[in-house]
Amino acid sequence: MKRHITRLLAGTVVAAATAITSITASAQEQFVPLLSYRVGPYASGGSGIFGGVIDYFNLVNAQGGINGVKITWEECETEYNAARGVECYERLKKKGGGATVVEPLSTGIAYGILDRVAVDKVPMTTMGYGRSDAANGKVFPYVFPLITNYWNQAAGMIKYLGEQAGGMDKLKGKKIVHLYHDSAYGKEPFPVFEAYEKQLGFQLIKIPVAHPGNEQNSQWLQIRRENPDYVILWGWGVMNAVAIKTAARVGYPREKMLGVWWAGSEEDVIPAGDAAKGYSTMTFNTPGNYPVLDEIRKKVYGAGKGNLADRDRIGSVYHMRGITAAILWTEAIRKAQDKYGKGKVMTGEQVRWGLENLNLDDKRLRELGALGMLPPVKTSCEDHEGSGAVKVQTWDGKAWKAVTPNWVIGDRAMIRRMVEESSAKYAAEKKITPACLPG
Amino acid sequence: MIYREAGQFKTSYLEDGQIFPIRQDRIAVALLLLIAFVVIPLAATPYFFSAILIPFLILSLAALGLNILTGYAGQLSLGTAAFMAVGAFASYNFMLRVEGMPVLLAFVLGGICAAAVGIVFGLPSLRIRGFYLAASTLATQFFVVWCLTKVPWFTNYSSSGVITAQQVEILGFTFDTPARKYLLVLSIVCLLALAAKNMVRSTVGRSWMAVRDMDVAAEVIGFRLMRTKLTAFAVSSFYCGVAGALYAYCYLGTVEPEAYNLDLSFRILFMIIIGGVGSILGSFLGAGFIVLLPILLSFIVHATGLPNQVTSNLELMVFGALIIFFLIVEPHGLARLWQIGKEKLRLWPFPH
Amino acid sequence: MQFFFEVLIAGLLSGVMYALVALGFVLIFKASGVFNFAQGAMVFLAALTVAGLKDEFGLSLWAAIPVAMVVMIALGFLTERVVLRPLVNQHDITLFMATIGLTFFLEGLAQLVWGSNVRKLELGIEDVPFEAIMESTGMLVSQFDVVAALICGALVAVLALIFNKTKIGRALRAVADDHQAALSVGIPLQHVWGVVWAVAGIVALVAGLLWGARNGVQFALTFVALKALPVLILGGFTSVPGAIVGGLIIGASEKLAEVFIGPYVGGGIEGWFPYVLALVFLLVRPEGLFGEKIIRRI
Repeated sequence: MKRHITRLLAGTVVAAATAITSITASAQEQFVPLLSYRVGPYASGGSGIFGGVIDYFNLVNAQGGINGVKITWEECETEYNAARGVECYERLKKKGGGATVVEPLSTGIAYGILDRVAVDKVPMTTMGYGRSDAANGKVFPYVFPLITNYWNQAAGMIKYLGEQAGGMDKLKGKKIVHLYHDSAYGKEPFPVFEAYEKQLGFQLIKIPVAHPGNEQNSQWLQIRRENPDYVILWGWGVMNAVAIKTAARVGYPREKMLGVWWAGSEEDVIPAGDAAKGYSTMTFNTPGNYPVLDEIRKKVYGAGKGNLADRDRIGSVYHMRGITAAILWTEAIRKAQDKYGKGKVMTGEQVRWGLENLNLDDKRLRELGALGMLPPVKTSCEDHEGSGAVKVQTWDGKAWKAVTPNWVIGDRAMIRRMVEESSAKYAAEKKITPACLPG
Repeated sequence: MIYREAGQFKTSYLEDGQIFPIRQDRIAVALLLLIAFVVIPLAATPYFFSAILIPFLILSLAALGLNILTGYAGQLSLGTAAFMAVGAFASYNFMLRVEGMPVLLAFVLGGICAAAVGIVFGLPSLRIRGFYLAASTLATQFFVVWCLTKVPWFTNYSSSGVITAQQVEILGFTFDTPARKYLLVLSIVCLLALAAKNMVRSTVGRSWMAVRDMDVAAEVIGFRLMRTKLTAFAVSSFYCGVAGALYAYCYLGTVEPEAYNLDLSFRILFMIIIGGVGSILGSFLGAGFIVLLPILLSFIVHATGLPNQVTSNLELMVFGALIIFFLIVEPHGLARLWQIGKEKLRLWPFPH
Repeated sequence: MQFFFEVLIAGLLSGVMYALVALGFVLIFKASGVFNFAQGAMVFLAALTVAGLKDEFGLSLWAAIPVAMVVMIALGFLTERVVLRPLVNQHDITLFMATIGLTFFLEGLAQLVWGSNVRKLELGIEDVPFEAIMESTGMLVSQFDVVAALICGALVAVLALIFNKTKIGRALRAVADDHQAALSVGIPLQHVWGVVWAVAGIVALVAGLLWGARNGVQFALTFVALKALPVLILGGFTSVPGAIVGGLIIGASEKLAEVFIGPYVGGGIEGWFPYVLALVFLLVRPEGLFGEKIIRRI
């Protein structure tokens, strides 16, 4: 605790100092509201992700900003609660010359501000959650499920399991259990799994876990009886650790479990202890160390500006996810500046254009010191996702290790079809005429 | 003696039965309505409308609904959000599936659906009392949300399991800006609050209160317990249902069943306890307290410049401490505090 | 059939874990008539204190537990002094609300002091099945669950001893029966309440340790209270044996329902089934299985 308190005190002094400096800073500032959550059930994830975002912003600012434009931000505590999140969004959207991009990191809040962002012309990114069909930019011009969405993840999972089995055709006759959080979130991949079930001929068994999932004896006894070839864990929060522990207790091999990316952070496996060894999950970041992390250690934490209370969490899954989000935003701002004027502060509409025209290839990622950390991202009006690639990582008892050397991409054509269908239905309900926004 | 009502005589039954028998009260209410309907729409910023006033009004309505059940009829319930969910999802489906459905009628029908569900889940109240009833109303909460998640028909087979509220259009007028939505919500809330105020002063309300104070005694003097308790459940659920529909249509826009979770139920319960159990005014004061205080706190705590790790937790602690503090100062809620304040003003400068 | 028994046993053992949380509620409700919403937060705070002391100060488990115990006892007395004493003789619902305020305070406090990281808590009891039972019957019975059940049994036995054999225990029962009568024979009501809250704090610590070892020490520990509520209404708010029996019934039937009825209705019914079950019981016995019969007079 002593260490923790000294850290808090040190943080306080630094924060007070930065608060003073930020008042005196110049007008050339790009404002980003951060709807963060640092209390409540998901605080451990929130502090990692938003810590990552802020660390990267600090790094960009330490390196002179985006063509001289500094990034400023303000946090607002949402407690992962939709109503609080909406209030935070409304409070911050006009601040600092107007919000330019927003990432609520909560499905409920994302839905709560879905209609508002289009009116306010503030692009919203929903990295790895939210509506999968928002990938269609013609219907959702201001929503960006960047990198990958749930449907692509589900397709990637089946692809990976097929590779494990020795070929997609080998999945025929296999049993796969989909153990899911009993909510809209857990049911999101149903259409994908069902389509694959028909196509490949495996047997899909769906077993729901009631929220919060802190007790899963009955589900795992069912799984033990079925003895499936694979278990897909589509969990959230405490449910993940409990699933892993209960799997160990019924003797189900963790090597045959495959979690979603929200079941694939340190916070999910550490409470499970040794039981988690050999457990794999999806991810859109390759675990490891990258030059950009070293830069952050040196320039941000070295200068005492680090946002994480615990330095050991640098490069953890959530931290890296936050950095990834920040990279994509800053690159979008940079892209927008290329078009609308270098060294100028971009508006929300201009950043939206930047997000729609992202092109992060390996060359650019290398320059950023993040080659391999995230897949190459190339967005367009039709494709607000830009990648659809995922990776599989395994917990070795101490750290996550990537097991697939290359990015896994499922049947993108099929997913695209589903996105079109679903977004068309939404457009019809809301009476939207799908169209690309002019640049 | 800031104000006094001496000299106001009631010479007819009509005058005696007024909602606000005192002239000063009438003036105050008229002023308040004037401010709410005219001044605020002219003066407030969109932030105030969509982040503070609209949720405040909607949650006040839900709190009013719960207050009818808990405060007037004495039945503790923890399933408020479930009734709101029923109202929202029912309205959505009426709008979706019936061509040319007027939106106001959809809200009413949504409320009626919620009332029907309320009656079903109110049945156990005939036998169960107090905290036992409260804990068993949690069954409503979990069951309804489970149902809405499980049956895809309710969400029109949406792959994400969410509903997107249709545009609110009345007689060709579209309520799309925050200010317009605010006026719509305000009108509905005022109307329903007036109805509630009259209801609790009428036979129905008096029978509720009789049951609340002692149901055995009420039964002995001739109230039919079943009818009284079930009407309370129905009316309360109707209010909550309409509030739930407004929550979806005028506030969040796109909602998942999870938006109506236990947390929301608890928040609404806090509102009536803090505001004042068995008081229409208390529902509004309580909603104000629970909606505004965290926002205010986050502004204040934020201004200290402490790191967010600290401020977020501090916010929560201060919020908890303030609830306890207010309860100690006035266990009967803010409405009672208001009453005491009025009393004091009337007597000032004398102590009695 | 074997599968049925396996589920049944697993359910019964889970039920013991629920009962453990319910016990804390019962103690406080029995002695002071307060429905203590903060019990979940107390479980969280207790577990986090132990895990935090271990991680940050390098204390061993056996050193950390007594420290946490002291913290919980102090918290109990402090709660009585600061929150309850000024609210004596208030309406039930007001006291209930005050404990909700306490919940927010404790949740904020716990995370302010120890941070929001998820922590691991190892008690040195392995969560693996007994080999012997596995071999002879093919059934799966977890060692951890059995140990938890034993601890719970021991706790109840100790509580029963304290209640029945000690002076303070007799005072507690007197207060539980009738506050005013107890006061009039000179029992220090406030002291007794302090003791009850302290004991409830210790029960929360035990629950926190066992649940924390199972789930990891994280905010979600506060949710275990939701598992305890149906147990409470089934067993009766005022009965210690009721909490145990209620826990067993809820645990077993919830698991059996999920496994054997769940698949027909889409599953995930564990969230509401216990409540509906408790409701059905209540319709027959409105004060729970072992609750005190409420006689209502006009």
